Amino acid sequence: MTKAKKGVTFNHNPLLRSELPAWRPRFVLLCLLGGSLALIGRAAYLQGVNDQFLQAKGESRYARLLGVPATRGKITDRQGDVLAVSSPVKSIWAIPEDARLSPAQTRQLAGLLEMDVNEVNQKLAVDKEFVYLKRQVSPELADHIAALKLPGIHDQREYRRFYPGGEVTAHMLGFTGVDDKGQEGIELAYESALAGKPGSRRVVKDRRGNVVEDVQSIRPPQDGKEVALALDNKIQYLAHAALKQAITDNKAKAGGVVVLDAKTGEILALANAPTFNPNNRVHLTGDQLRNRALTDTYEPGSTMKPFTAALALENGKFTSNTIINCAPGRMTIGTATISDAHPHGALTVAQVIQKSSNIGAAKMALTFQPEVMWKMFDNLGFGSPLKLGFPGEVGGRLRPAKSWRPIEQATMSYGHGISVSLMQMANAYQVFARDGDMVPLSLSRLDAPPLHGTQVFSPQTAREVRQMLEMVVQPGGTATQANIPGYRVGGKTGTAMKLVGGRYALKYVASFVGIAPISDPRLIVAVMIDEPTGGKHYGGDVAGPVFAQVMGGALRTLGVPADAPLKPLQVARQGATSAASGESM
Amino acid sequence: MARLNGFLLMLVVASSLGVVASQHQARKLYAAVEREQQRSSQLEVEWGQLQLEQSTWAAHARIEKLAREKLAMRPPQSGQIIAIEERP
Repeated sequence: MTKAKKGVTFNHNPLLRSELPAWRPRFVLLCLLGGSLALIGRAAYLQGVNDQFLQAKGESRYARLLGVPATRGKITDRQGDVLAVSSPVKSIWAIPEDARLSPAQTRQLAGLLEMDVNEVNQKLAVDKEFVYLKRQVSPELADHIAALKLPGIHDQREYRRFYPGGEVTAHMLGFTGVDDKGQEGIELAYESALAGKPGSRRVVKDRRGNVVEDVQSIRPPQDGKEVALALDNKIQYLAHAALKQAITDNKAKAGGVVVLDAKTGEILALANAPTFNPNNRVHLTGDQLRNRALTDTYEPGSTMKPFTAALALENGKFTSNTIINCAPGRMTIGTATISDAHPHGALTVAQVIQKSSNIGAAKMALTFQPEVMWKMFDNLGFGSPLKLGFPGEVGGRLRPAKSWRPIEQATMSYGHGISVSLMQMANAYQVFARDGDMVPLSLSRLDAPPLHGTQVFSPQTAREVRQMLEMVVQPGGTATQANIPGYRVGGKTGTAMKLVGGRYALKYVASFVGIAPISDPRLIVAVMIDEPTGGKHYGGDVAGPVFAQVMGGALRTLGVPADAPLKPLQVARQGATSAASGESM
Repeated sequence: MARLNGFLLMLVVASSLGVVASQHQARKLYAAVEREQQRSSQLEVEWGQLQLEQSTWAAHARIEKLAREKLAMRPPQSGQIIAIEERP
């Protein structure tokens, strides 16, 4: 009993004193053992075998994959002026099911979005999980809407492209779609350089949604590159303004102006009319969108004659002073008759260009082998696209020499039966602006001028034709309106009838392509006015003044020294000032 | 032995507290970096907008209009131009 007294009190219970059956504690022990084994097994399974799933689940509680947006590159002109820039905007979207708005809230939202209340209700009534209420609103407005804390209304960051130049640079730059991808013009041509590549990274977020740790950067974002165009914003504006004025004055259907740097082949300006505002493209027509200077062809007419004259000089059968009898202003080749707008008598080759005689050009052309003439056109870049990379470039029409009949060879010498784009024409005039060679054109700014071009004519021929071109703008020529005080300029007029349904109609394309200053040509300006109906239709009358305005302004902008006397001439010489200021210099 | 154990235990506790503290510090610094990066991208956006604004104000069309209408300026006639000759 002493033992019992020492022991625990429940032993006093007589019921407990009876022996338990031996299997019961073993059974319990086994159960416990089995249970713990099951737990260990489960733990091992979760830790060792099926760990990926749980780790992923755990990570998803705190880790987030964030998209890192990349911006589209800017487009600038050659001086670095911004022509196109992407700026963040927000799009307001909704989950219609969650958007249970009171009528007052709907009115408020519609008011902020400048939308009709019914329109908002309609959009929210659709049976979809996602609906845009309005795309591309200003960030301030989006913040305002977010502050209302409306259920089911969210915003999303997007980029919108802005073009400060508006309609002035519209055709050159093109535009992007609502997804910030290039659709036209430079935006499309340079899409791969301009487009940014969005990146992504994995981060750890805390309870309040702040990023606390960068786990890994999966893909760093790549911002689009800035593209510097060869375009000069000021010259572009000059070209645009002069063209717009001419289109209005001459009641013309359309027109185009191209300005090239003859030294480097850079495209300094490209203007078209009619144009459009790239920032607001709601009522856009195909007519406004057409980039006539690059994607449309026309029959160039007499602007082709200088090439005929150059080939004649090059062949050695003619000199500038060779007399060609152009009387009586009509000429029959085969069954067709060609004529001059104003009959001339005997003219020298230089006068054929100055007075723009079709007969004179045709008589020169008929002395060439068709293959030789075709080869010249091909060398000048006619008949094949310029390969600038600009969307929609055309090559024009130049039929193979084998199929030429004599009458066609004659008409081609003065620019009929062949079609070119305005850019091709400006490009070809490089042979006169440079010493008979051509360099490839460039849309983007070049750091160094191309070293050498392809020689088409000898320097001697190019210089002689340049003299003829200067005569065109002098008294007795067809384009005295193209004269620019202070500079020696040269160029050639073109007045072509338009082919309508296979026949020449009384509709004209007036054009002028010129170079300046003649002593050391720096610029090429090509002007084309389609269907002037204001009473004048000659290239000299319609396109000449546009040329003078653009060329004069551009030369002054670039600071090209004057090479012709100004009347009355006032020159302040440095010698005079230093004499006045005594010996201090 | 017990003393060594106690010492090691203290070391463990101290170093774990250090880990916690430095982790906290790192997160605070990271948050700061994050903020600055956001600020930099915001400034980038603002720079773009300012460039946009500048080009809008400096548009040649606007300048020509102001010069002609408000300031009554006009291009000089050929007789009014004085050319300055640079001596080589």
